[in-house]
This record gives sequence, C-alpha cells and structure tokens, in this order.
Amino acid sequence: MQWARPYIAAFRARFQLMLQYRVAALAGFATQCWWGAIRIMVFAAFYGAHAAAAPISLADAVTYVWLGQALLALLPWVADPEIGQAVRTGGVGYDRLRPLDAYGYWYARSLGWMLARALPRAALMMVGAGIVLPLVGLGAWAWRPPSGVAAALLFVPAFALMTALGAAVLMLANIIVAANLNERGVNAVLTPLVIVFSGSLLPLDFFPDGLRPFLHLQPFAGLVDIPFRIYFADLRAGAALEGLALQAGWTLVLVGFGRLAMERMMRRLEMQGG
Amino acid sequence: MPQILVEALAKTYRVAERAPGLVGAVRGLLRRRWREVHALVDVSFSLEAGELLAFIGPNGAGKSTTVKILSGILRPSSGRVEVGGLVPYEDRVRHVARIGVVFGQRSQLWWDLPVLDGFDLLADIYRVAPARYRRRRDELVAMLRLAPLLDQPVRQLSLGQRMRAEFAAALLHDPSILFLDEPTIGLDAPSKLAVREFVRRLNREQGVTVLLTTHDMHDVEALAERVIVIGQGRLLTDGPFESLRAGVLAERRLYIDFAGPAPELEMRGVTVRSRTECSLELAFDPAQIPTPKLIAAIATKHAVEDVHVDEPAIEEVITRFYDLHDLHEARETRAARKA
Repeated sequence: MQWARPYIAAFRARFQLMLQYRVAALAGFATQCWWGAIRIMVFAAFYGAHAAAAPISLADAVTYVWLGQALLALLPWVADPEIGQAVRTGGVGYDRLRPLDAYGYWYARSLGWMLARALPRAALMMVGAGIVLPLVGLGAWAWRPPSGVAAALLFVPAFALMTALGAAVLMLANIIVAANLNERGVNAVLTPLVIVFSGSLLPLDFFPDGLRPFLHLQPFAGLVDIPFRIYFADLRAGAALEGLALQAGWTLVLVGFGRLAMERMMRRLEMQGG
Repeated sequence: MPQILVEALAKTYRVAERAPGLVGAVRGLLRRRWREVHALVDVSFSLEAGELLAFIGPNGAGKSTTVKILSGILRPSSGRVEVGGLVPYEDRVRHVARIGVVFGQRSQLWWDLPVLDGFDLLADIYRVAPARYRRRRDELVAMLRLAPLLDQPVRQLSLGQRMRAEFAAALLHDPSILFLDEPTIGLDAPSKLAVREFVRRLNREQGVTVLLTTHDMHDVEALAERVIVIGQGRLLTDGPFESLRAGVLAERRLYIDFAGPAPELEMRGVTVRSRTECSLELAFDPAQIPTPKLIAAIATKHAVEDVHVDEPAIEEVITRFYDLHDLHEARETRAARKA
C-alpha cells in the first residue's frame, strides 16, 4: 500500500477536517428535510391526479426523494472551494511540490470533502426519514430500505461508482476553476446542469419520451438516476449491470479527460502573487 | 557535474493590457492587447552540492521566478535547467521528492491542523518510512525548538513560530537541496537570527545545498559566500559579496574624535561626509591612501582622541549597485518605457 499511502492520507485529512463542521451538517440536514418534504408533497399531488401516467410508484418516488436529499452533498454541483482558494492565494504552488500524481492528489482531497459532507447528513436523514417517520405513523411517506437482497447488493457498487463519478465531474470543475482563478462561472453552469441531468430534480423517466434515450446515456445519469433505480429495483439484473457499466465507463472517460485537461492547465499555470 | 545547472534561462509572460478607465475596459472586451513581460532573460549559473547561494535583486527582478522554475512549479520559455541530473519541469515527481522549499509568504502546513498532524501528513505524502520519519522529526523539533508548538493548530502560531514549523515541514523528507524564497520576510530580530542560524547549521553540518532569495542584506552577510544579483530579469553579477563591494563601493569610512574642535581637512582622495563640533566622518579609497597612512597624517597634525574605520553598510553597497544599473522597481519602469 506504499503507493497509495499519500493519497489515502490526503483523503483522510480532508475527511477528518470536514467532519468537524457539525453545525454545517445539522443545517444541511434541516434544509434537506424541508426540501424533501416539499418535493414529496409535489409528487403526492401529481400522483393524486395522474397516477397511471407515472413511470414509478409513489412509494418509490418518495424513497427516490429521501435518498436524493440524503446524498445531495455527493452531487458535484459546486467546485471544491479549497481549489479556488489554493489558486488564488498561490498555495497551488505547494501542491506542485508534492511528489504525487497531481490529478490523484486533488481527486483524493475532493473525494474526502464530498464524503465528509454527505455521510453525516445521510446518517441523520436515514434516522429521520427511515426510522422516525414510520414510528410516528407516517410510514407511507418514509424512506424505505432497498427492494430486496439483490437490489441491496447491487446498490453497493452503484453507490461507490456514483461517488467516483461525482468526484470525476468535480475534478473537471476544479480544473476549470484553476485555469480561470475563479469558481463563480463554473458553478453557475454546473449547478443547473447537474441538478437536472442527474435526475436529482426529477427522475429521468418523467422527462418527455423523445429525450429519454439521450438522458439515460449521458454521464450525469450515473450520479442519481441509475443508482437510485437500482436501489428500488426499477433496474434489475441485466439492466442494473448495464447501469453499473455506464457509471464505470463514464467515470473512466471523465477521469481520462480530466487528466489531460489538468496536464494542459498545469503547463500554463502561473503562480499568483510574487 | 554541478548539482544545479542553469543555461540561458528565459521566461516570458503574456499579460493582457488595457487602457485605464471605462473606455479602456470596453475596448478591452472587443480587442485584447497583449504585452510580453520578460521576467528572465538569458540567466546562466551553476551551483555545486553543499554550496550556499543568495539571490538578491529589487522587487520584480525575477528571483522568485527562478526559484519556481528550479523547483519545478513553472516551466521556462527557453533555456536549460538541470537539478541533480533531472529537468525539474519534465521529471517533476522525481525531482520534487529530493528538494525542500520554503516560501516566506505562504504556508505549506494545514491551517486548521495541529503542527504535528501536518508533519504526519507530509511524512505520508513523501512516503517517509515511519522510523526514519520519527528520527528526522525529533531532530528538527530539537533544532528549531518546536516541542511546545506541536499540538497547536497552525493558525494560532505567530509568524516566527510558523516559519520555524515551515522549515521543519520542508525538511522532513531529508532533501539534499533547499530553496528558500524570502524566508525571513516579516520576522522579528530574534526569529531572523534563529532562521539564519538554522540555515547555516543545515548547510555546514548536513551539507544541504541552499539557494535563497532575500531583500534582507543581513541574511546575505550572515549566510552567503556567494551572491547573485539579478535585475530586470538579467544576471548582473555572480561572486563573493566582497568582490561586489570592491567593484561598486570600495571606499572605507574613518570616524575621528578630536580633543578640540574638528579641523578643516584638505587631502587628496578624502572627502568629509559629515562633521560635528569635535568629530569627522571621512570617506576614502584605501587603494589611493592606505588606512594607516591616512590616520598617521591626521594624528601628527591634530590632537586625536579616538578613531575607528568601517566599511559602508551592505545596504548602501547594494543601493549603489542598483543605482548604477538603474534598477529600482524594475518591472514598472520597463512597462512605462514600452508604453
């Protein structure tokens, strides 16, 4: 493991540091409960009127919402703030002085940042929406466990791949931030793109028929739509494996593309300020 | 084969330029004009293992650019650089594992982590074997008196404490070359002395090659056997400081206290720099009048109470050198000249 030691250390340091922010986790949890409740009410209204037209059952839609709210911080919808900071202050110079693969070093750190923000909120959400809601008699609106053992087992790699893919997208955003010395432009474009095309806003099967073949193949589908449909067994067996392959394929493509972009960006990097 | 070899190094930046004011800003949106800034022009030098070299020069002269190229952060526009047989920006990963760098104006430790955690993290990043790391860390902690600071988060340290921790951070992986970019900037006098003492020990006792840039002439006086002056991106002189002094400002100063009122002195090659009622400060060229001869000539004619001879301060020598080469705030004047 000597090869991986620096990357694991970089991941762990960022993860531990981010875990300290308990108030941020609680605030995030509260916000996500609020939005989750609103979105569930919207779904309920829709199912009340057009249940027959819906591609998934209401119970699955509710689980989809809770799962999405729980793992919202895994979505790469803003660039890693540490990178913006490092390029503006010139701290990126020290990153160049580490005897490490530059892409891998940033990837490990961004991964630590994402997971440390997501996991505490997911745990709180699991307790709140998965345990407390059924106990208080709101079981119909609760976050349900995976639909069967196969779904649960398949969700493990799907979750790992959605995290890896998310970090790969985040790295592209980080690289653009580093090249432009500013994260505003990137975030303004990235946020709506990720929220819509991942299926975070609405499951992709709710979009018009003509768009769906494209929506199911584009990379952001692997961030939300594919893993969540594996979770409640809407994607099963062969379809689930296809989904996993799509997630893995896009992760490899985006990592490869990110590495090239990073190489180019670093070649023309200038260290700011003296 | 020298440890560091630099030949005909050049670095040119392209800078977007626009006329001032709103009109200029709007015009800049439509058509951007670029100006080339020559940060380094044809710089060549070499350094043997175990040497200690100081880079001096006014702000914007190209010192930091040189350090950044040598450490592998920047790639030059042209020229050849080899450090320990490697080209820093081509073979970055292998190169940076063998060097340590301290930028006086930045921090490489983690702001929110205790100092010791930062050291542990660096040991992981540089893949230092645990036993070797502990030995090296303890040695550095003792040399830099860091023991009381180890459990404090970096953000709580004073600048002097933080710089000591930064030095340890740069040396945990036992590099054979150390680059220091303005390591004493902003430090108080005791911290500066501590840093200089540490750098000297590292160089003398452990044979670490040191290349430092500084504006503090006392750093140069205390540390460097060899000085390179760089200005407007060009290497202006390279050698022991004493030969720079001899070429620029060879004069000596003679301070005399008289028993009575200070006399009028008319001697060839001697000028009076200042006088009070009973004392004189003279400037003279020892090549024209040897010091003993001058003192003897004055003491035979006048009642002298006390004398001492001094050289101009190092700051004065450097200021004179910059004046001779028209080197104040290099970049601005060049820009103004082009416009």
